[in-house]
Amino acid sequence: MHFSIQNIIFLLVALAGFGLFAWQASRIRANVLTGRDRDMSGHVNERLWKTLLVAFGQQKMFKRLTPAFLHLIVYVGFIVINIEVIEIMVDGLFGTHRFLQFAGPAYSALTGTNEILGALVIVAVTAFWWRRNANVVKRFTGPEMRAWPKMDGNIILYVEVVLMVALFLMNTADLKAHQLQNLTMPGAFPVSQFLTGLLPDSIPTLHALERVGWWAHIVGILLFLNYLPSSKHFHIIMAFPNVYFSRLIPQGQFSNVESITHEVRAMMDPSYPVPAPATNPDGSVVAPTPFGAKDVNDLAWTNLLNAYSCTECGRCTSVCPANITGKLLSPRKIIMDTRDRMEEKYNAPLIFSPALYGAAAKHDPQEQLDKENHTLLRGYVTPEELWACTTCNACVEACPVNINPLESIIEMRRFLVLEESAAPNALNAMFSNIENNGAPWAFSPSDRFNWADDLFVAEKA
Amino acid sequence: MAELTAKRPVSVPVMADLAARGESPEILFWVGCAGAFDDRYKRVTRAFVRILDHVGVNYAVLGMEESCTGDPAKRAGNEFLFQMQAMTNIATLDGYGIKKVVTACPHCFNTIKNEYPALGGNYEVIHHSTFLQQLINEGKVKAEGGESFKGRRITFHDSCYLGRANDIYEAPRAVLEVLDADLVEMKRCKTNGLCCGAGGAQMWKDAEPGNKEVNIERTEEALATLDGNADVLDNLRGVESTAPALPAGSNHGGSVIAVACPFCMTMMADGVKNKEREQDVQVFDLAELIASAEGLNA
Repeated sequence: MHFSIQNIIFLLVALAGFGLFAWQASRIRANVLTGRDRDMSGHVNERLWKTLLVAFGQQKMFKRLTPAFLHLIVYVGFIVINIEVIEIMVDGLFGTHRFLQFAGPAYSALTGTNEILGALVIVAVTAFWWRRNANVVKRFTGPEMRAWPKMDGNIILYVEVVLMVALFLMNTADLKAHQLQNLTMPGAFPVSQFLTGLLPDSIPTLHALERVGWWAHIVGILLFLNYLPSSKHFHIIMAFPNVYFSRLIPQGQFSNVESITHEVRAMMDPSYPVPAPATNPDGSVVAPTPFGAKDVNDLAWTNLLNAYSCTECGRCTSVCPANITGKLLSPRKIIMDTRDRMEEKYNAPLIFSPALYGAAAKHDPQEQLDKENHTLLRGYVTPEELWACTTCNACVEACPVNINPLESIIEMRRFLVLEESAAPNALNAMFSNIENNGAPWAFSPSDRFNWADDLFVAEKA
Repeated sequence: MAELTAKRPVSVPVMADLAARGESPEILFWVGCAGAFDDRYKRVTRAFVRILDHVGVNYAVLGMEESCTGDPAKRAGNEFLFQMQAMTNIATLDGYGIKKVVTACPHCFNTIKNEYPALGGNYEVIHHSTFLQQLINEGKVKAEGGESFKGRRITFHDSCYLGRANDIYEAPRAVLEVLDADLVEMKRCKTNGLCCGAGGAQMWKDAEPGNKEVNIERTEEALATLDGNADVLDNLRGVESTAPALPAGSNHGGSVIAVACPFCMTMMADGVKNKEREQDVQVFDLAELIASAEGLNA
């Protein structure tokens, strides 16, 4: 153990990195908690099992094999290489060098796996970059994929390559220094052993390069950690709680609006006891919440959690029947808009600001937006998008991390209909048909049983 | 085709009459608004009733007392109207002590099964595809003695509210299996099925501006799958050919797009008409295919 000023610097850097992240995380938590209450407690085993399958097991990724395998490499690389980050943390704090080497063959297995995964991650990330930038995957385009989401997608890939290069620099320099001094290097280095020729033969230089690689890797990770809240890459953390708190009920089941239930019951039965409105601690009545959602805080907190879990892959949009046939609706846009609006209205993360999108790039056509009442509904999402939804659940089914754009769409439709009476005329006609005829079409209720007239069945011999 | 020796009138049992006699049916057939009013889907209702009558199920319908479940209102955001409808219907159903409901409409099915419980309406609800599957499994329906679908090409179009909404994918396929037809799957099927375009209250309004109608996109896929037309399938987004090309003149009686939802029926039939393929492609509901294969039409 060589305790030195380096360890103190490392401690400070690590504290700063994790502290800053904790601060950002608390601000995001506050954003999510501006959403409406929704009880997602209970069913712990079922939820854990689902998290194991969908989040840890990447179950839904495997609907599309090529990206599933590429993503699996980067994901497993992330998980396994992070075991080495634990070693880096301990080494950094206590001045040890490769402290896990006591594990012997297991350490060789770990370092060897890390090296192979590191190389595969570079290959996979290169493939991702090509898919993203050579216009081969249509779902990476679309009106919501503006300057920032595009740049963000590439920044993540570049950072991952830099982290892997730092890892190889550290290992190769360390290995070569050991070799030149005829020392046994703990661990196995199936990739770095071929790279030693690239580095100089001076032992002090190799020690310096090893330190450069070591510091670049860990500082890179801490910087990346603090970049996450500004990025779609936040999904590497948020996917887990998002899947855990996702729905367990059938996809076809839409939420019941309790407040309306009380009203309707009271209307049908005058003796029905409507619960007294909630009161504030000072005794004043809590202002009633609107029906449906006009702004982000009218959505449930799970819908807001969804927005931070989205990695903008566009699978939802690519299977949306409305989007496929050229309508404005894009489920991914609804989710991205929700996050943007939260960060505009409440806490913004460190790096991202909506200004990064560039002027007038929010929505096309611009004239549909209400620039004065800049809420989620009308300020970001237009009624035209919402009314194009067929509620088919294809987007919900497609999302690898169980985001549910449909819930948000329905909440905003509810606001349009119940608070603004702003349904399309044809739907208003349908509503009045149901009210007057008990059917969505303008048929007379007295004809409802006519289908049974003159009905015969063949007598089978 | 078996010789039709006779036909007899079917008198559909109405719940109010049964209750007046102090009887209660084993199962209530929820007809739905499309099943009651839509001319095309009335044929499905009648086919399903023929099957119920043929196998001797103890059933009843609400007749004039039935009212919209509120599904289109709820999907369109009109929660108030939905709950009015739901509570009225629950009062009717509970008034008759109904425990079990069967319906041919996936929207009615989803709403009664999943959304009525929160308002106090708890029933065992089954879709007619599951019900028909049970009848087949029990040997009560054999799909014999009527029209033969042997070798005819059939593709099943998944209804969103049956499939993704309620995870019912196998029952309708099991029903079609009994026809001994040449079943082919569209690339976008089961969990990946493409909507017909009518859900979420779209049935009652024009589509938003776009470059294509959803039902045309879906009908093109269905027709190309039935035809084994690889060129067309390649031009549809992300779709590859799975079925071999259909040799000319090999498909006597025409191909069938099978559906299990009144709105899918309308959308697919409109699509087939738009594509001017009515002469060789028909759209049928599962109940119609079974009633026809069983020789129950009269």
